[in-house]
Amino acid sequence: MATISNPFFIGGTEVDNTIDDPRGRSPLVLGGKGFRDVTDTVVGVQDKCNTLAWYICFGISLSLLSCLVVTLGLLFSTGVGVWGNNQPVGWAFDIINFVFWVGIGHAGTLISAILFLFRQNWRTSINRFAESMTIFAVICAAMYPGVHVGRPWLAYWLFPIPNQMGMWPQFRSPLMWDVFAVGTYFTVSTLFWYVGMIPDIATLRDRAKSKISYFIYGFLSFGWTGSVRHWHRYEKMYLLLCALSTPLVLSVHSVVSFDFATSQLPGWHTTFFPPYFVAGAVFGGFAMVLTLAIPCRQWLGLKEMITMRHIDNMCKVMLGVGMIVAFAYIVELFIAWYSYYHYEQAHFLNRAFGPYGWAFMALFVCNVFVPQILWFKFARSNLIIVFIVANFINVGMWLERFVIIVSSLHRDFIPGSWGMYYPTPVDIFMFVGSFGLFFTLFFLFLRFLPVIAMAEVKSVMPQAHGHLHADHDDDHNPQLATAGASSTMPDTTAGEKPGDEPGGQPGEKPGEKPWRGGNW
Amino acid sequence: MATATLETPYGLTREVTLVRDPSIDASIDIEHSETVAVLAEYDTVDAVFYAADKVRKAGYSRWDVHSPFPIHGIDPIMGIKPTILPWIVLAGGTTGMIAGLFLTLFTMATSIPALGQFSGYPYLISGKPLNSLPAYIPPIFELTILFSAFGAVFGMLLLNNLPMLYNPLFRSHRFKRATDDRFFVVIETADVKYDEVETVKLLRSTKPLALERVED
Repeated sequence: MATISNPFFIGGTEVDNTIDDPRGRSPLVLGGKGFRDVTDTVVGVQDKCNTLAWYICFGISLSLLSCLVVTLGLLFSTGVGVWGNNQPVGWAFDIINFVFWVGIGHAGTLISAILFLFRQNWRTSINRFAESMTIFAVICAAMYPGVHVGRPWLAYWLFPIPNQMGMWPQFRSPLMWDVFAVGTYFTVSTLFWYVGMIPDIATLRDRAKSKISYFIYGFLSFGWTGSVRHWHRYEKMYLLLCALSTPLVLSVHSVVSFDFATSQLPGWHTTFFPPYFVAGAVFGGFAMVLTLAIPCRQWLGLKEMITMRHIDNMCKVMLGVGMIVAFAYIVELFIAWYSYYHYEQAHFLNRAFGPYGWAFMALFVCNVFVPQILWFKFARSNLIIVFIVANFINVGMWLERFVIIVSSLHRDFIPGSWGMYYPTPVDIFMFVGSFGLFFTLFFLFLRFLPVIAMAEVKSVMPQAHGHLHADHDDDHNPQLATAGASSTMPDTTAGEKPGDEPGGQPGEKPGEKPWRGGNW
Repeated sequence: MATATLETPYGLTREVTLVRDPSIDASIDIEHSETVAVLAEYDTVDAVFYAADKVRKAGYSRWDVHSPFPIHGIDPIMGIKPTILPWIVLAGGTTGMIAGLFLTLFTMATSIPALGQFSGYPYLISGKPLNSLPAYIPPIFELTILFSAFGAVFGMLLLNNLPMLYNPLFRSHRFKRATDDRFFVVIETADVKYDEVETVKLLRSTKPLALERVED
């Protein structure tokens, strides 16, 4: 297979498996890996993490996390006055960051559930990453409404608990819907993440080097033995959870958008907020997955499992949803003009050319103009460009929430109540600190849990498909079938080391097995 | 107290007095093990398909295949019936929906002072009806999903008898590769068809990489 040169921090070339050949599917796992090689690679990540570099990264994350602890202490002991929130901008960094993190937390379930329902097998290499990122991002997000209430020790009022006041939460309020949506989303995605990991934790148990890790992984894997009778119910559960998570993930950001859309404020009172927010969430979430996956695949030896095709596919999804987001921005402007409602018109002029116009312009550059480079193949196959574009989108998505919240609030109907918003250092350090929380959890995940869903990757490898039925033969690539005896019977070589088998297609690296598709 | 008489080859005898009756078994078990299953190891999916087919046709019922990933298409070969899990999920979802309806309508639209702090709290907002169902749909929907997901995950664990932290299979060193790259057919000795010779003969005829007795 062709290679493309791809210097990224360290030089090197990548196997180019992004070319679509209608005669057969492209391989999802490169390097002629067998099942055991997949296990070795993924379990090996834990050893790769046991280095000075990991401790340095973890230390940096922990010190950022301490920013969060200190600012939260300051907030609890003093009150929300330490933030820059004021009248008229009563919602600021707290809600911006909440929406930002919840949005990032959407890609995980999208990749796990929706791509599963669409039978996108390439998701298997990145779904664990994305799901973990989801959990950690939702943890960061869930913190903000809790501390935003002002008296966090009364945050339990959010839940319908009978109390001495005889009061209940108001279920007509979108903020209450939010509690249920985010709470359910966190619970269901945690369950999804954890049960998805049980077979892989069982692999770690069976590979454990010490008694302590054997005991812990053994406990966490619930005694999984890989029984086919168990797999049968497990797969049914997985399918059902995907089918349940898909409407859930779409509902969560819709409900978040209701916080704004059900108000009367120009700039917030917009009926198409739900799909616009969902598309934005997927856009931002994929950008964060790429931001994390690109360095990880380079440094943790996952290049053959998170291949250039995965990066390419993620770029395409990002470009697609990015276009929906861009369309939403433009429709918003158009409707403001077309509505002939002068508050709306004034608001959008103010949004673009008012005191926060810089944020609006930067948002357009980050989310609309920069991602257009992903139309070009050279950009999608250059990891540096992809990484930079993903980070532009991360910044752009944060700015989008800033623009929606702050620029809508700061000038409403009566000029006498206009004002400006400036974040305080506490605001900024709390935001930085939430990244500390996110990365601390992420580095712990890399070190102690299976970073790639091994069982799922193995199940989409060509060796995983039996040959008992003749109807499997349509998976054969006719060209590959004539290329050599080894290509017609790749199944018999399962579990062997690369190099045990002569190459399939002429010009292929020896040991690289032909891909022969198959459904999950 | 019991006594016993020991005889020597020289015709002499000796009486011994024993504190414990020798006809009663010792209370401390000597380490003993018992075969609970026979396992056969395979290295390809096709081999395990072949073996599973033979074992089912031989009429075994307490047997299983263990694999590092779900093998597609093996269920009919093993004769596995579809799981009832979807019904559990449906029951969970229905429970969640009813719970959501009850929670929102009871707390927002009823008031029973006799219930004290458990009574509902009707609160008129902008003249909207107290039982404004459309506004309650989001919490009801989320509770439906939440309970369905609980049904799916906990139902799966329950049907699979998990967590089960002790399993004699874990004593086998070979079986560690069941979560890695090897496939195992395991026939329990508790199976009515099990026969020490015939079962091993059957498994041997499927050409496994290895056969092993699982001791407990």
